[in-house]
Amino acid sequence: MGMRKVAVVGAGMTRFVRRAQETGKELSWQAARMALESCDMTLDDIQAVCMGTAPDAFDGVHMKAEYLSDGAGAWRKPYMRSYVGGGTGVFVPIQGWYHIASGLFDVVLVVAEEKMSSYYPHAQAAFLTIFDHTTERPLKPNLLWIFALEMNRYMTTYGVAKGDIARVSVLHKRNAADHPCALLGDPHITVEDVLNSETLAWPVQRYDVSPVSDGAVAIVMAAEHVAARITDRPVWIEGVGWSLDTAHWTNRDLAYPRYVEHAARMAYEMAGIKEPRKEIHIVEPYDPFDYKALHHLEGLLLAERGQAAQLYIDGVAARDGKMPVCPSGGLLGVGNPIAAAGLMKIAELFWQLRGEAGARQVPGQPTRGLAQAWGDLMQVGTVVIMGR
Amino acid sequence: MTVNIKKYPGTPLSEKDFAEGKILFNYDELRGDYAWDTGIAIGRYLAGLKEGVILGARCKACRKTVVPPRIVCEWCFRPMDQYVPLRDTGQVNTFSLCYVTWDVRRIEEPEISAVIEIDGASPLHGIMHRLGAVDPQQVHIGMRVQAVWKPPEEREGAITDILYFKPLEEV
Repeated sequence: MGMRKVAVVGAGMTRFVRRAQETGKELSWQAARMALESCDMTLDDIQAVCMGTAPDAFDGVHMKAEYLSDGAGAWRKPYMRSYVGGGTGVFVPIQGWYHIASGLFDVVLVVAEEKMSSYYPHAQAAFLTIFDHTTERPLKPNLLWIFALEMNRYMTTYGVAKGDIARVSVLHKRNAADHPCALLGDPHITVEDVLNSETLAWPVQRYDVSPVSDGAVAIVMAAEHVAARITDRPVWIEGVGWSLDTAHWTNRDLAYPRYVEHAARMAYEMAGIKEPRKEIHIVEPYDPFDYKALHHLEGLLLAERGQAAQLYIDGVAARDGKMPVCPSGGLLGVGNPIAAAGLMKIAELFWQLRGEAGARQVPGQPTRGLAQAWGDLMQVGTVVIMGR
Repeated sequence: MTVNIKKYPGTPLSEKDFAEGKILFNYDELRGDYAWDTGIAIGRYLAGLKEGVILGARCKACRKTVVPPRIVCEWCFRPMDQYVPLRDTGQVNTFSLCYVTWDVRRIEEPEISAVIEIDGASPLHGIMHRLGAVDPQQVHIGMRVQAVWKPPEEREGAITDILYFKPLEEV
């Protein structure tokens, strides 16, 4: 297709916290600064900036990307926000990728920020406008409904036990205990803790859900000839994919995310991957809820439909397993500042594939990883495959 | 990464910091009022509800019947201009027992939300609504249900003209 090779050469992230005193601009700057310092670059080296941030409603700021622009280092540069809801964090590096792959720019800074804590009394209410204003909102829905409905359909269709779904939350929160930026890491959490946590919207319980968080993540992306000057350990973007399903979510098969499969097939084809279960060594599926990680592993073709929980039962998903799932700790453990959480997965693959993940390091010198996010009205899948 | 994070450790706050006035903050309410036009297809849908009928739309090419109706078939992008009355019965595709309100206040009796596949629409095609007149513990996927309508004189052409769906007693 005549596209240039693109590498990730630097990454930085703030701690994910329930509420940060720092503003979104300040969080963006901290993450961007850390990413630039990690590869000994300055803003002068950056030709364009991509910003990923989710609904304006969280912050109560119209045109949030423009508001965040000074923190993101965007002034006097080509700058654009991309937004596909929860899928944004894995879409914004795709935006950075095509900026460079196309030949338009050689070095791009990608920043993803979310500050969910400003919304009162709870950020959940900012999501209410995702429901159709005429046919759904008069029913006074709350956001949890949509996930509870999907989770119930998934577990009932395939007969997946809630105790097995809870294993996802346990593994991810335990993994997060080793992440210096994590909000909800817990090395001692058990399946019983998850099953005994407060019921919010059955089958969704408190510990099935990732926390509302503030945070920012940034990465530096570069064309091959620039990457070679910056580092001898570039991590390449090998494949990207994204796909959108119908917005009429009650007319869709809720047990299987076919939009994730479409996005994954696009990325696998670009990366030349024929047998994903053998060729993907680390996977960071989007896990705002524990069942979503399973749903997405199946959509990514890394497990048979209804069988993803077996990866956790058999230890395949463990950090030292055959295909570690969310060694970062994921959204369930590290936290879920929407767009930043997705880009956190990209940063995690960057550190893992360079052997820089510290206590979280996956053994065996993994060479290829996949990150995926999901969003809009439960209908968009975004996928990035990285390798060294 | 660990070296970097020590340089910018961040400043976590708690609700207590606000309650005890330890930090400065600005509180404001944003209010937006809207009047949404129904559009063509949903306008027909709402007019149908006022008459006590759930309308779907049918694509002649794909032979799909969708609900709520729309003017374009998502699959073939042809116009979908045939409105068909569906039954007001269906089966529970999925449901949830919700113990919190939209602003995360606790409630004792769960609200039962559901996706209901409407009889006469294509398989897996449903609408979101509430279930009522049922013991929450008895609700199950695949349960047959029927719409409970407002009295005709109280209907206003809204999704709330259906109060809820209740278990269907098959004769």
